Amino acid sequence: MYEILKKEELSPNVYAMEIDAPRVAKKAEPGQFIILRVDEEGERIPLTIADFNRETGRILIVFQVIGASTMKLAAMEVGDSLRDFVGPLGHPSEIRKLDGTMVVVGGGIGVAPTYPIARAMHEAGNKVIAIMGAKTKDILIMEEEMRQVTDEVLVTTDDGSYGIKGFVTNAVEELVRRGEKIAQVTAIGPVIMMKSVADATRPHAIPTVVSLNPIMVDGTGMCGGCRVTVGGETKFACVDGPEFDGHAVDFKGLMSRQRMYRDLEAEEKEHVCRIGLGRK
Amino acid sequence: MALSLKKHPMPVQAPEVRAHNFEEVALGYDEETAVAEAERCLHCKVPQCRKGCPVSVDIPAFIAKIKERDYDGAIAKIKETNSLPAVCGRVCPQENQCEKYCILAKKGEAVGIGRLERFAADRAMAEETEAAPVQAAPNAQRVAVIGSGPSGLSCAGDLAKRGYKVTIFEALHKAGGVLSYGIPEFRLPKDQVVQKEIENIERLGVTIETDAVAGRLYTVDELLGEEGFDAVFIGTGAGLPRFQGIPGEDLSGVYSANEFLTRCNLMKAYRFPEYATPIKVGETAAIVGGGNVAMDAARTALRLGAKKVYIVYRRSEAELPARAEEVAHAKEEGIDFRLLTNPVAIEGDENGWVTSLRCICMELGEPDASGRRRPIPIEGSEFTLPVDTVIVAIGTGPNPIIAQTTPGLETTKRGNIAADEETGKTSKEGVFAGGDIVTGAATVILAMGAGRKAAAAIDAYLTEKRAKKG
Repeated sequence: MYEILKKEELSPNVYAMEIDAPRVAKKAEPGQFIILRVDEEGERIPLTIADFNRETGRILIVFQVIGASTMKLAAMEVGDSLRDFVGPLGHPSEIRKLDGTMVVVGGGIGVAPTYPIARAMHEAGNKVIAIMGAKTKDILIMEEEMRQVTDEVLVTTDDGSYGIKGFVTNAVEELVRRGEKIAQVTAIGPVIMMKSVADATRPHAIPTVVSLNPIMVDGTGMCGGCRVTVGGETKFACVDGPEFDGHAVDFKGLMSRQRMYRDLEAEEKEHVCRIGLGRK
Repeated sequence: MALSLKKHPMPVQAPEVRAHNFEEVALGYDEETAVAEAERCLHCKVPQCRKGCPVSVDIPAFIAKIKERDYDGAIAKIKETNSLPAVCGRVCPQENQCEKYCILAKKGEAVGIGRLERFAADRAMAEETEAAPVQAAPNAQRVAVIGSGPSGLSCAGDLAKRGYKVTIFEALHKAGGVLSYGIPEFRLPKDQVVQKEIENIERLGVTIETDAVAGRLYTVDELLGEEGFDAVFIGTGAGLPRFQGIPGEDLSGVYSANEFLTRCNLMKAYRFPEYATPIKVGETAAIVGGGNVAMDAARTALRLGAKKVYIVYRRSEAELPARAEEVAHAKEEGIDFRLLTNPVAIEGDENGWVTSLRCICMELGEPDASGRRRPIPIEGSEFTLPVDTVIVAIGTGPNPIIAQTTPGLETTKRGNIAADEETGKTSKEGVFAGGDIVTGAATVILAMGAGRKAAAAIDAYLTEKRAKKG
């Protein structure tokens, strides 16, 4: 069992939790993910690691309440324990000194997993710029943390309530326009956002990494549910990724598969609400 | 009493009933039937059956015990060499192994060895006559076993019996490997059989750590180093599903058999929403492939409510790799076999959902490298099978995680771990491997046999290591 040591609501329906998982924390690297199960009947939920601390043995996860399983997770409190917490899974991000600026782009809760990547790239001696996108100012997460590990932070909000009005791609284009010598972009967020970022960097031939979190069951290469076409080849996000060349990923196929269980998810959420599991 | 040429039939749930539930299909012999079946054994002076058993169960001896109604004696005999008898009695392809060599098979039907093994194992489980827990000596040498499937369990069980301290590292939240995630409940009950067999292994002193992805959490080098193990056995299986590489495999409604079966068996999606993992099977499902996994997926789809289920296989009935019994069960339940048929594309609607499987008819040509006649497409014979679910069951490759994270561990061209067939020895000192990760996808019992052989080799290796130290 894996105890919840800290819980914070970052914005409505978005939670951060610190989990006591020393053996995972010992091996975790930026870019990797974990899979958790709330209880014996629970789904296996994959989440990209938002932070880790080898000394305290803690892993930070950030998640948004979307379906029944995340609703149950959000209903857990400090002192409660998760049934399963497996990781670290997937290949770590490549951390190295670049010839130019590193730009991390995070959209929504995708900001969280860009944080350890930004930190590690900064520690590796790179100039790091973070672009953080949110629908509106109130739901922007981890801004302070991000400022501490980067050279510059650009915020975009869809409604213009904070920072640049528009999408993260506007900020990427802004950097290109001002002549920033970008050596790499790593974008994490909704699939449509990652696709847009890849489309924005393609004409400038800026190497662009995206981190995929598709439908997945085991996370160890077994189910093939997380398959994605990359450069015409079938790859599994869990063992070949989760990071891939954003210019080679077939986003269209990925987006349609993400919707596969939408109706069943609604049914399950209804079930969880009815039997009161999601209540605090 | 005249000797019957026929086996006592296995009582089964009626096809029209079982097609709609997940209860076990084969119900098992009762005591009188088992004794009567045991009576059919001729107790040959040189029993041929044993040579067909990958773990060398002393078959005539255990059958003799059943004849004498000494059931404790029977299970003790089996367990001398087989760590998972209730599993093997159910899923071994006996017709190609022990029963194939039975002298009775020359004139009629072999003794129902598998059914008798299952009878003895089930009876012992029901009476809880299992041995008391044992623990290895505190100074015993330690062995790490990676993967808790058939090869790992069998290797761990044998090593524990030899006095070693064994820890199994399992990546999933439940032990058992393919026994838990792959083979369906209706063929191999999870709580009553798999779980109990695993508990029996634990009683031998074996520790099982679940949620532990070896290679990521601990590399093989770390297991042998700071984690303090004296030897490592790799039994990570052939879990990586293959796809055909035809257009449309990205569509919603397309599953690998592994995903489909894992959702249903391990995650219990058939009890959704009580269990949170969803599974989708529409009105009409096509399963691509002709092996046991394809049969399992087809029969699972039926039980999940599909009205029409096809098996689409590119060769003919004679080449179906599945056990004859599984094919017969599937047919009885109403699975529609489309043989000499190969998919060329999966077609979908504007929302990205499967609508049909585009197929081509095949004919058999000259034998290929596998000795089977090669299927050749018949030009102009393409047709469309309307389906809303496609399950791809054309085989699996080796899991890559250990190979990716273990420098100095040689693999074959196909990505399997290179290991000696008799000993499981790999290119790395102290590291052994066996089962599907070495051979490619095979059977439960062959993996168990490999685990057993590796256990003997690990014993020899560690004995020598001790002697050097001493």
